[in-house]
Amino acid sequence: MRHATTIIIGAGQSGLAMSKHLTDRSIDHVLIERGEVANSWQTERWDSLRLLTPNWQSRLPGYAYDGDDPDGYMSVTEVVGYLKRYAGASSAPVHARTKVTRVRQVDGGYEVATDQGPLRCRTLVLASGACNIATVPAVAAGLPPEIASLTPMQYRKPDELPDGGVMVVGASASGVQLAREIRASGRSVIVAAGEHVRVPRIYRGRDIKWWMDAIGAMELRYDAVDDIDRARRLPSLQLIGTPGRETIDLNSLRKAGVEIAGRLAGMHDGKVQFSAALPNHCALADLKMNRLLATIDAWILASGQEDRFAAPHRFEPTEIDPQARLGMDLNDGCVRTVIWATGYRPDYSWLDVPVLDRKGRIRHDGGVVAAPGMYVMGLPFMRRRKSSFIDGAGDDAAELAAHLNLGLRRSAA
Amino acid sequence: MTKTTGSNAAKINNGVNVDALLGAREALEQTPEAAQFKWRASCEWVTGTHSRSVIGNYFGLGAEQSRDKNFRVEADHPKVFASEDNAPTPVEIVLSALASCLTAGVAAVAQRRGIQLRSVKATVEGDMDIQGVLGMDDDIRNGFGGIRVHFDIRADASPDDIKSLVAQSQKRSAVFDIVTNPTNVFVTVN
Repeated sequence: MRHATTIIIGAGQSGLAMSKHLTDRSIDHVLIERGEVANSWQTERWDSLRLLTPNWQSRLPGYAYDGDDPDGYMSVTEVVGYLKRYAGASSAPVHARTKVTRVRQVDGGYEVATDQGPLRCRTLVLASGACNIATVPAVAAGLPPEIASLTPMQYRKPDELPDGGVMVVGASASGVQLAREIRASGRSVIVAAGEHVRVPRIYRGRDIKWWMDAIGAMELRYDAVDDIDRARRLPSLQLIGTPGRETIDLNSLRKAGVEIAGRLAGMHDGKVQFSAALPNHCALADLKMNRLLATIDAWILASGQEDRFAAPHRFEPTEIDPQARLGMDLNDGCVRTVIWATGYRPDYSWLDVPVLDRKGRIRHDGGVVAAPGMYVMGLPFMRRRKSSFIDGAGDDAAELAAHLNLGLRRSAA
Repeated sequence: MTKTTGSNAAKINNGVNVDALLGAREALEQTPEAAQFKWRASCEWVTGTHSRSVIGNYFGLGAEQSRDKNFRVEADHPKVFASEDNAPTPVEIVLSALASCLTAGVAAVAQRRGIQLRSVKATVEGDMDIQGVLGMDDDIRNGFGGIRVHFDIRADASPDDIKSLVAQSQKRSAVFDIVTNPTNVFVTVN
């Protein structure tokens, strides 16, 4: 049976960053990838998607964006090309088109069964991503069968949807982006919006991602956060990467003709009920946004750079429709498609090691999994707020590679 | 966002034992089945629209829980409905429950965030078109067409921090959830 000191499952940004650090430490390893490098980016994203982070922020260990549009946002094709070039530049030992079918603990490490045969390793890095499965709420079971039901992982573009109106469930990054482009294609769109995180694309002349980087928000460590479980559950920011650097939020959707309703609260016999808590969900989002903007203002003031940036200001509060609908009958034919933009979760169905908690989440301490020599990468707020971003893979990989190396030396001693 | 030190939290006192609540949350993380509660009330007809509810034992933390005493809550209808007005109407009790739940939440969140409250007053108003309950128009619902809650809060905090207390209280309020989201209700007869 083939053997490597370390097996990395997944050759996306996390796996490649880890590979670079293992190579630098001369730890022999292989990356097992079910498709090609950046497989999820290539096969599980919609056509128009662009990164929510500016190009300059796609920093990887020993690698950086060197194009002529540092403030732009990469399209999916560009991300795939970027990661493939990185894999080449760092000579990552990728075993492509190799699907992991089972991982189990064996004496002195792990056996990784694949459709190309088994491999063994002493240490294992799970870098298979945080967004393998689109989460669909239980109420989806009440959807009439004649209405098309799909997740953002299945959605590609508006043209491919059945004729007629669309209900987008969820108002985080995926939901608002899909609502925007489907509405722009001329369809009627209603968004069911629960808790969401509103931020402007640009504030005081800079990208919000530039600010969050500058003020150190992305560096915030998991062990410095009061309630890390809550921080990890936080929905993605309402952002879109467009050449015009536009802001997307419930106000901009409403202006574009999208109807906004509350969180999808129930569905029986095709009758949908929306939560009446929408005004509070909007108030929470506005208050949270203003706290972030105030933090940015305070940082500028403290650093004495007031002259360098545009003047501070605040954005219009989210407009509340006092007549926002509380119910809708899907049997009347207005909505022909429902898109569940209700979050993603990792797939560990092949992981036959008892490291999952009662909700199926992997038990780990900053990426150090609760099994000897096992690590995970790329999960939301795993070690830092930036852990699930391309820009966060490097620092996590550096620290976890050091931890991994120490474990190898100890067991050798 | 970052860890708050105990020093600030220790100085303020809103009469809420936040440490006990956080301890409970930690304990329930290990034993989620103990988090399953059943709340109860029993209601007996007195006469006319007048009724009397008794609220006593409840189930929680894996066991039947008794209280030092039972509570009584009466309800009736006002004289304009040709009733005796012995007690508030059930819908007013719902409004009062909503205000109580949100107010308790404000105190708990303030304690947690190290904000000293000076005074909290919630006023609630619900709109109702009684053509619904009188069966005059099927297009009109029986319940409230809308509910408005207004908070007057004096506290050692900025206006935005106070708004944030109220928003967080709504986010964690049971009665707010009951009022704003549907619940399956099963009514049986002996």
